[in-house]
Amino acid sequence: MPGAIYAEGLVKTFGDVRALDGVDLDVPEGTVLGLLGPNGAGKTTAVRCLTTLLRPDSGKAVVAGVDVLKHPDAVRRRVGLSGQFAAVDEYLTGRENLQMVGQLYQMKAKAAKIRADVLLEQFNLADAADRTAKTYSGGMRRRLDLAAALVVSPPVMFMDEPTTGLDPRNRQQLWDVIKDLVSGGTTLLLTTQYLEEADHLAHDICVVDHGRVIARGTADQLKAQTGGERVEVVVHEREHMETASEVLRGFGKGETTVEEHTRKLTVPVTGGAKLLAEVIRELDTRGIEIDDIGLRRPTLDDVFLSLTGHVAEEREEGNGVADAGKGSKRKKEAGK
Amino acid sequence: MSAVTDAVQITAPSNPVSQSIRDSLVVAKRNLIRMSRIPEMVIFGLIQPIMFVVLFSYVFGGSMMIGGSTSSTDYRNFLMAGIFAQTVTFATAGAGAGIADDMHKGLIDRFRSLPMARGAVLTGRTLADLVQTALTLLVLAVVALLVGWRVGSDGDTNAAKVLGAFGLLLLAGYAFTWIGALIGLSVRTPEAATSGGLIWLFPVTFISNAFVDSSNMTPWLRHIADWNPFSATVQACRVLFANPGQSTSDAWPMQHSVWASVIYSVLIILIFRTLAVRKYRSATA
Repeated sequence: MPGAIYAEGLVKTFGDVRALDGVDLDVPEGTVLGLLGPNGAGKTTAVRCLTTLLRPDSGKAVVAGVDVLKHPDAVRRRVGLSGQFAAVDEYLTGRENLQMVGQLYQMKAKAAKIRADVLLEQFNLADAADRTAKTYSGGMRRRLDLAAALVVSPPVMFMDEPTTGLDPRNRQQLWDVIKDLVSGGTTLLLTTQYLEEADHLAHDICVVDHGRVIARGTADQLKAQTGGERVEVVVHEREHMETASEVLRGFGKGETTVEEHTRKLTVPVTGGAKLLAEVIRELDTRGIEIDDIGLRRPTLDDVFLSLTGHVAEEREEGNGVADAGKGSKRKKEAGK
Repeated sequence: MSAVTDAVQITAPSNPVSQSIRDSLVVAKRNLIRMSRIPEMVIFGLIQPIMFVVLFSYVFGGSMMIGGSTSSTDYRNFLMAGIFAQTVTFATAGAGAGIADDMHKGLIDRFRSLPMARGAVLTGRTLADLVQTALTLLVLAVVALLVGWRVGSDGDTNAAKVLGAFGLLLLAGYAFTWIGALIGLSVRTPEAATSGGLIWLFPVTFISNAFVDSSNMTPWLRHIADWNPFSATVQACRVLFANPGQSTSDAWPMQHSVWASVIYSVLIILIFRTLAVRKYRSATA
C-alpha cells in the first residue's frame, strides 16, 4: 500500500530547466520526510506539484489516498501547506486571518471562529490575536502561517523551508511545534536547506540535487554511507604539524588531511573512544601541545559534500537556477 | 497540542454556485477590511478625481466650446460625466496592484491550496473595488454639486435616470477591474501593476468624448473616439443626466449609448474574467 504521500517519476520543466527530473517519493503514514537540498534543487517545485499548485509534465502523485492530478480539489481538502513565505494577510489580525482560511476550507463562520480561537491559544498567539499581522515578529508570522495550514487538522502537511530566516530561538520553538504535530499522527513532508533541521525532525531524508533524488535513508544510514568516524586534531604550534601527521598516520585507516592555516589534521579511524585515548597519549608522549581533539561522526554536511561534490550552501548566491517557483522562475510559470 | 489533530469536519462541496458566491464574499470582506486599515489609499483615490474636477472646470472652463457655447457653466456640466467615467476606470490600477501584491506575498498560493471556488479570489477583489468605486463616486458627486454641476431640467431627466447613469458607471468600473485583475496576475510586482494599470487608461480616456467635444477631432481620431467603449458610457451619462454637449455622431454607440455602454461592459467582464480566471489557475508566486 502506498504511503500518505506517494510520487512516481515526477517531471517538471520550465523552459530549458528540468526542475524535477523523475522524482520518486514514498512517505509512510505518520512519518516525516525531510527533502534536503540546496536552492534550485527542485524542493519547492516538488511541494508545489504535490499540493496541486503546479501540474507536473509527467509522473504520478497520490496524497492522502487521492490522485493529485485527477482530483486536485479533494487533495486540497486533505492537505495543509505552509509555504516558503509566511502567507498571511498583514492588514488582517491573527484571528481574522485564521477565520478567513477556515471559511475558505468551507467551514461555517461560527465553526471557523471557534477553531481560530483554539489555534491562537495553541500557537501562543492569543495575546496578539486582535493585532494586525503587520505588527507580528517573523517568528509569530510563521506560527500564524502554520496555524492557517492546520485549520482543518489535515492528515498530510507540507512545509516548505519552515524555519528559513528565523533566529535560533524561534527556530527551536517552531521545531517543538512541528514535533508535537507529528506525535499526533500527521504525515509531514518538510523541505529544508538546514542539514541540522532534517537530522532533527525527519525520520527519513531524501537528498535532492538538480531535480533528482540522489540519496535516501535515515540520517544514520546516510552518515554511514559517507564513511565512518574520524579523529580531528588541532595542534598549537605550526611546527608540530608534521610530527602530529606522522602519529595519526599510525592510527588511521586512510589518508590524513591537513589544513595548514587552521593547523587541523583529520584522519578516518575505527576503534572509537578507546583509540582516541591512545592518540592523545601518543601525542602527549611526543610533546605535541594540542588546542582541540575529538572523535567526529560525519554530519549531513559531509554527506552532502560526498554525494554532490559541493557544499550545500555553496550555490545559494549567483546561481541562475533559483529554486523553482520563486525568483527567476516566477515569470516563466506565470507565463504559461 | 494533541488537539491540533482533533478531527474537524470538512463539509463536502456544496452547490458550486452557492460555494462560489460564499467564497467570493469571504474574500471581498477580507479586502474591505484591508482597505479600511489603509485609509490613505482610499483618500488618495478620492483626491485625484477631485483635483481633476477643479483643474478642468477652472483651467479649461472658459476656453472650451460646448454646443456652440463657451460658458464655463456649460463646460462644467459637460465635463462631469467624463470625470465620473474616468474615475471609475482608475479602479483598474487598485485591483491590479492588490492582486499583484497577493501574488508577491504568497497569498495567492495559500488561496490556491485551499478547496475554494476558483474564481472567488478575483471576484472577491473586484467586488471590494466596486464598493470603493461607489464610495468614490458618491464623494465626487457631492464635490461636483459644490462646484456647480447640475443635471438637466425635469422634462429631460428624473431621479431614475440619474440613478441609472450611476448604475452604468458602476458596471463600467466593475468591468475595468477585471482588466486590472488580469494585469495584476501578469506582472511581477505591485508597482508594475499600478503603472501598468494606469498607462493605457490615458489614451483610452483622452481619445474619447470625456473632456472635449469629439466632433472637433480629425475624422480617423473621431471614429476611434465614437466607438471607444469608454465614450459610450460618458455619452450615456450625459444623455441620462440631460447635460449639454451630447455627441450628434451617427455612430451606433453614440446613438444608442445606454445599450452600448451595457453591452461593452458585459463583454469586457466576460472576456477578461475568463482570461483572468484561467491565468489565476496557473499563476504562481
